[in-house]
Amino acid sequence: MNLAPNVLALLPEYILTLAGVFIMLAEPCLKPGSSRKPLGWIAILGTLLAAGASWFQLGFGTVHAFSGSIQTDAFSIFFHLLIAAVVLVTLLGSLEYFEGNATHAGEYYALVLFGAVGMMLMTCSTELLMVFIGLEISSISTYIMAGFRKGQAVASESSIKYFLLGSFATAFFLYGIALAFGATGSTSLAAIAVGLGTTKTPTLAILALAMMIIGLGFKVSAAPFHVWTPDVYQGAPAPVVGLMSTAPKAAAFAVLLRIAFSGFPSMQHRWAIMIWILAALSMTIGNLGALLQRDVKRMLAYSSIAHAGYLLVAFTAFPVEGISAAAFYTAAYAAMNVGAFAVITQVGGFNETARTLDDYRGLATRRPVLSGVFAFFLLSLIGIPFTGGFFGKFYVFSAAIGSGHIWLAVIGLINSGVACFYYLRLLATIYAKPTAEASEVAPATPVSVPAIVGLTLATVATLVLGIMPGNTLWLAQYAGTSTMIENAREQCAATPNNCQQMPVPMERR
Amino acid sequence: MNLDHSILTLLTFTPLVGAVLLAFLPDKGKTLQWAALAITLLTFLMTLHLPAHFSYNAAAGTYQFEQNIGWIDSPAIRYHLGVDGLSMWLIVLTGLLAPLGVLISWNTISERKKLFYIFFLLQQVAMLGVFVSLDLFLYYAFWELTLVPMTLLIGVFGRTDNRRRAAIKYFLYAFIPSAVMLVAVLWLYVNTGTFDIPQLIALATRHGISTNNAGLWLCSLAFLGAFAVKVPVFPLHGWLSDAVSEAPTAAVMVLAGKLGLYSILRFSFGIFPDQSRHIAPLLIALAAIGIVYGALLALVQKDLKKLAAYGTLGHVSVAVLGLFTFTIAGIDGGIYQTLNEGIGGAALFMLLGLLYERYGTYDVREFGGLAGKFPWMVTLFVITTLSVIGLPILNGFVGEFLVFSGVMQANVLHHAFWTALATSGVILTAAYMLLMIQRVFYGSLGLKSKSVTGWDLDAREHLALWPLILVMLAMGVASPYWMQAIDPAGVVLADETPDASQTPKAVYSVPGSNFPQQQFQEGGQR
Repeated sequence: MNLAPNVLALLPEYILTLAGVFIMLAEPCLKPGSSRKPLGWIAILGTLLAAGASWFQLGFGTVHAFSGSIQTDAFSIFFHLLIAAVVLVTLLGSLEYFEGNATHAGEYYALVLFGAVGMMLMTCSTELLMVFIGLEISSISTYIMAGFRKGQAVASESSIKYFLLGSFATAFFLYGIALAFGATGSTSLAAIAVGLGTTKTPTLAILALAMMIIGLGFKVSAAPFHVWTPDVYQGAPAPVVGLMSTAPKAAAFAVLLRIAFSGFPSMQHRWAIMIWILAALSMTIGNLGALLQRDVKRMLAYSSIAHAGYLLVAFTAFPVEGISAAAFYTAAYAAMNVGAFAVITQVGGFNETARTLDDYRGLATRRPVLSGVFAFFLLSLIGIPFTGGFFGKFYVFSAAIGSGHIWLAVIGLINSGVACFYYLRLLATIYAKPTAEASEVAPATPVSVPAIVGLTLATVATLVLGIMPGNTLWLAQYAGTSTMIENAREQCAATPNNCQQMPVPMERR
Repeated sequence: MNLDHSILTLLTFTPLVGAVLLAFLPDKGKTLQWAALAITLLTFLMTLHLPAHFSYNAAAGTYQFEQNIGWIDSPAIRYHLGVDGLSMWLIVLTGLLAPLGVLISWNTISERKKLFYIFFLLQQVAMLGVFVSLDLFLYYAFWELTLVPMTLLIGVFGRTDNRRRAAIKYFLYAFIPSAVMLVAVLWLYVNTGTFDIPQLIALATRHGISTNNAGLWLCSLAFLGAFAVKVPVFPLHGWLSDAVSEAPTAAVMVLAGKLGLYSILRFSFGIFPDQSRHIAPLLIALAAIGIVYGALLALVQKDLKKLAAYGTLGHVSVAVLGLFTFTIAGIDGGIYQTLNEGIGGAALFMLLGLLYERYGTYDVREFGGLAGKFPWMVTLFVITTLSVIGLPILNGFVGEFLVFSGVMQANVLHHAFWTALATSGVILTAAYMLLMIQRVFYGSLGLKSKSVTGWDLDAREHLALWPLILVMLAMGVASPYWMQAIDPAGVVLADETPDASQTPKAVYSVPGSNFPQQQFQEGGQR
């Protein structure tokens, strides 16, 4: 099938946009107060189609479109599939959650899809302004979604806090773009990489990079830019937290990878130090902070800061290993975290009846299967073998050690020991004997079929990433090599005399 | 059908399949117990395939029942399983203890049975996995996995309100050194490009792992640290007494000893032979201190389970002492002692569990005069005690004798001092064990034993205990049967080459041993 590059490269984004717009148009046509589930199903269908379109793109190798500002390659496809999968699990878990509770459930589905469009756009842009547009689309959707439990003070706090700090961080990012343009004369990553060689103001370039790292550091909630995370996660609806703790972070990490390894590869010795510090701080602050939390969502918020730290460790590695390790870890983290929040969605319900550790006491006797699944995700977050979390950590740290960052790996692994404490505390609470009052709580509502499907997807993904990581690993490594090949190609096109040896492309499976 | 190439996979994952099956069974009557018993018995039968088909003439350093298939291409991780004389009997021991653990938990675990047996079976999978893995990644995965079910068994089914604290303490003690070990594992991989254990061992003997001496040292310490905590070696035993006194009997039976000791032999000795030899004096000293310290603390415990916990520290220290002599006798003895500890410790904890089942206490002051009421129990208790003390014709003697003669053979002057210290621990062991027997079973009736009517062993309890008693006797009188597998594995790891001067006679005539030597029937294996 022949498609124009401009159509092919953004096929998943087109599909999601159309589905989102259709939902917005259909919403007012439905009777007020009637079920909004059909809209949810349309969103799910759109997501599936978008994932299919991404998979379809894989057959075309690297595609450039829109004057080189969009680059669809294995790297972007990896993150497209990841984002689509997260959105799918979130939507499946949201169908019942918002039903009859929120007044504007229809808009929620549209917002999720628009957010996904923004995130996907971020992962396939090689032009910083395009990245910025993607970032804005995804951020604005998540700001609104964070406050979706209207009328609750924590929800409004969550939304406003996220909006204020988020726009501040975006400003940093935009400032960084401006400075990069000043230093190198371009906002395209390939041109920046070339321009760095001849720039007369390298300090400006470093400053630009630092600004962009700050902006993106906020989005991935890396310490010390993490302060918004616990409050926002606590107030936002559980399915939204599942989404925004994984998909936008994955997209931001993808951008960071692109900027670091494609835009500023010659400055690795500079940004590796910045990221080393961010990684060590995030892991330590995240885990120590989580130790003190009694609210489960806040605890998982700190845990997500720590996981951002583990992921940043991958940046200190050699390019190909670093990119593939970071990509793989993002996938593993997304699977287990979206799964954990899917469980929280089911346990707490729209009114968040289960918030603190005490509310989870003895959950295993009331809901054995749900607890078993939750336990599995928690074990994966700890990094217990035969789960995605373990293999992800293993791969990230082996990449870091491969490039000689042994102490960062030691810090990280000792941190994962500290992390056990709070995950285990939650786990032990779930399996503890229920208190007298807890046993009087009315029997929980059964989990709906779509939610079961979503949970199963997350569980299977976490398990497969732990036991049979081969295929995902291959795609992650393919993403790493294809990025490096593209870098080398751009480099050769710009300076033919200084053409280095091209990396060997990976064989297709 | 030739099972040789799939038996290890089958026996490792049978309990896993069993655990999944158990999850779907109804929790009615005794269904779960019977199912768990059937699964563990089946696993045990499979482990018996190994000694039945083991080739004793295989060259040293080779592995049997191997299965080696690709798993992940990059990083190069393979699904590589295999056993040698070192791991074979440990696998059988693990197989044997499981059905006994189910039998002993038959009535004591009455709530949340399903959870208990699922954790128990998963623990079994992880332990078997540790012993059969020949790929460092796979091994590490199983090694970490052993922590989870055990922590949950302690945390959920512990005896007192202290259980969660004990469980988390156990987990952190074991997990943090293991995390550091992962760094070492990855460092090894970066330097050698392989996770394959036989290849790594071959590289190590050629000094081909790395020329970075400091790196190798740190790496070996990371490995040894993780293992020493798990054994535990004094002074890393902080988790032991809490974990032991909280954990249910079936979990305590497999808590200490064999995983760590096996790993020391396989990895510390195999991959870091030079570093292990350099650090041996320290470990010998720590082991000797551990023997005496454990015995002395056991002597003053009022809580029977704590007593047994400190006793365990002493017994595993004996094994550590033997291993780090790097003599054939010492290493063989250390391996034998590892098996002994598994058997003797299990029997002791089971018997203590039975007392608790009847009287609801482990406080030694509340017992007394039980001998007259429970003739069978006292008999088995005494046999177990004698095995633990190291009375000839029982298994404990063979292990301890070999270990101490090994230490004496190592021609290092200060070893003599530590040996003298360690042998005094043997006397102390006898003291606390016999004192325990005396206080629990003889004398006048104690508070509890007077007011509460207990019962002597019933058929199920007999069934759970007799296998261990018989094994103790068999391993005491027919040690060559076990030695023929253990010895080749030990010889490879020891410093000396077995030559004419190393006949068993030389072992017998070691002066300074505290043991009567006439009944010792080990012979002809070399």
